[in-house]
Amino acid sequence: MTKKVEVKNLTKIFGKRSPRVKELITQGKTKAEILEQTGATVGVNQANFHVNQGEIFVIMGLSGSGKSTLIRMINRLIEPTQGTISIDGQDLMTLNKKELREVRRQKMSMIFQNFALFPNRTILENTAYGLEIKGVEKNVREQKAHEALELVGLHGYDHQFPQQLSGGMQQRVGLARGLANDAEILLMDEAFSALDPLNRKDMQDELLDLQEKMHKTIIFISHDLNEALRIGDRILIMKDGVIVQTGTPEDILTHPADDYVKRFIEDVDRTRVLTVANVMIRPNTINIDKDGPRLALRRMQENEISSVYVVDSARKFVGFADAKDVVGLIRKESRDLRSVVQTSVPTTHPDVPVNDLMDKLSSTPIPYAVLDDDHHLVGIIVRGAVLGAIAGNGVAQE
Amino acid sequence: MTILISKLPLSDWVNSFVTWLTQFTGFFNGITSFIGGIVNGFQWVFDLLPVWLFIVIVLAITWYATRHGKKWGLLLFELAGLLLIWNLDYWRDMTQTLTLVLTSSLIALVIGIPLGILMAKSHTFEAIMKPILDLMQTMPAFVYLIPAVAFFGIGMVPGVISSVIFAMPPTVRMTNLGIRQVPVDLIEAADSYGSTSWQKLIKVQLPLAKSTLMAGVNQSMMLSLSMVVIASMIGALGLGTQVYFAVGRNNAGNGFTAGLAIVILAIILDRITQAFNRAKH
Repeated sequence: MTKKVEVKNLTKIFGKRSPRVKELITQGKTKAEILEQTGATVGVNQANFHVNQGEIFVIMGLSGSGKSTLIRMINRLIEPTQGTISIDGQDLMTLNKKELREVRRQKMSMIFQNFALFPNRTILENTAYGLEIKGVEKNVREQKAHEALELVGLHGYDHQFPQQLSGGMQQRVGLARGLANDAEILLMDEAFSALDPLNRKDMQDELLDLQEKMHKTIIFISHDLNEALRIGDRILIMKDGVIVQTGTPEDILTHPADDYVKRFIEDVDRTRVLTVANVMIRPNTINIDKDGPRLALRRMQENEISSVYVVDSARKFVGFADAKDVVGLIRKESRDLRSVVQTSVPTTHPDVPVNDLMDKLSSTPIPYAVLDDDHHLVGIIVRGAVLGAIAGNGVAQE
Repeated sequence: MTILISKLPLSDWVNSFVTWLTQFTGFFNGITSFIGGIVNGFQWVFDLLPVWLFIVIVLAITWYATRHGKKWGLLLFELAGLLLIWNLDYWRDMTQTLTLVLTSSLIALVIGIPLGILMAKSHTFEAIMKPILDLMQTMPAFVYLIPAVAFFGIGMVPGVISSVIFAMPPTVRMTNLGIRQVPVDLIEAADSYGSTSWQKLIKVQLPLAKSTLMAGVNQSMMLSLSMVVIASMIGALGLGTQVYFAVGRNNAGNGFTAGLAIVILAIILDRITQAFNRAKH
């Protein structure tokens, strides 16, 4: 994976910029200590991370953690005190005003928490803003802006003004403005935080759908861990200007770096992040090509269950057999296990989020069979294991 | 202790500065003929228009400006007021006063808005301008007449110049204020998409500062109206001259009627500029 954005040692100090502050920072003093000793506020303290091409990278933290400062340093809306930012290997800190403007025009688009739409411009003119200042001809830019608006699902609002639209719609315009510009990097600053929960979820889905098609590199700021876990390919957690942990959602849930992160994830709705693979258990199986009904019955007795899953020699899934039917078969002295195997078993895939299964899980009497892409039986889902995982017990088992 | 004994020769310094400035006659003559040109242009148009057509035009402009909320009372007031001015035989005086007000407002706008923009962009410039604006606004307006005569002679032009100095500060201040009031996230949005300073100014800051800026322009216009009587002392013709004469002759009646005509003109100008400001939103 290529690194699209790379940030090294990035630091922002507000207020006094004495060399003493820098010294304290390199000594590893905390924000509170530096404020007490020098009166300067540390916004971001020596951040190091990279963002891969095409991923959604979420920067997570509570207010005051420095996440907004961090994202604004990436396009130098806030001038870093020290450190480097490179995009496609180009160091932004060495650019003059004009070159920086060019990078902002071509490579990055920003989407804001409170939408930041220009109230004096129509929706179409707002969307076309980035193109307009690049000097794109009116017809062309309006065409592109119109397409971007269609893409985010806004039809027929082209000539209205921002204040005539609801919050959710306004943020779609904000998103369209970012997309119309054709930038490879989207900087989204708490883009969905001002929306109500339903709208927020819609927009998250929409962003994921769009990302599927467009493969942008997205840096997304959020204070909501559920949102971060839902949309992030990787998550960076900040506290007091310092990066506490960077990792995939699963990393963070399963191996929280410290108590701060642990406290964060305690509140998480785990069903949103846990996939079937996290909660499935190993099933007892019999091989239909060589095992007979007696062995099947023994397996059930061993495990004190009333059914058994049936696979073939290649471990491909066939179905399952019920104890009653197997007993009937033995009474008839038949070895034809195939005649009693039921094939209408609910199946699912390891990557499916548990959330999507919750409803069905409670209404089906037979445990779900988890099949991989090659139709191999890799596990089954029983209700008890799912509940355990959601409660936070089962995650670490693998 | 000498500070208590001898007076500071501050007024001598100002005098020698003014005398020193008068040597640039070419420069001041240039300004005089330029402003004189604008004044004559306005006056030529107003003299050309028959009274009925002038009234129709004023009503039409008001009609257009108030199109988002008709104010019949205002139209009626304008019709009655202008007819009264005509009836009192102040018509030409009124157009002369209007010329003075329009010329000085125009100049105040052309100079004041760029100054306001510079103030909004630079803290240093703002710090320098603030006391100067305070001085311009609070110095008794009569004081401007003296050097104005020295540089520009008597007549309309020195009247316009002293009106500009007195009336410009609100335009400068409100332009500065309007631009500084533009929400930070909109500025960030403009910057993050790579706007140049000029693009940001033209496409975002000025359009959003417009109503504040227009309120400043409206105030400038009102202030320059308040200068017409004072300016008449150095030969700026118009309703002010009539008031000035009435004072000289101790004629309360004439003073009142000429003053009333100024009030009518002021109300018309104020309501029209305000209506234009509102109409855009």
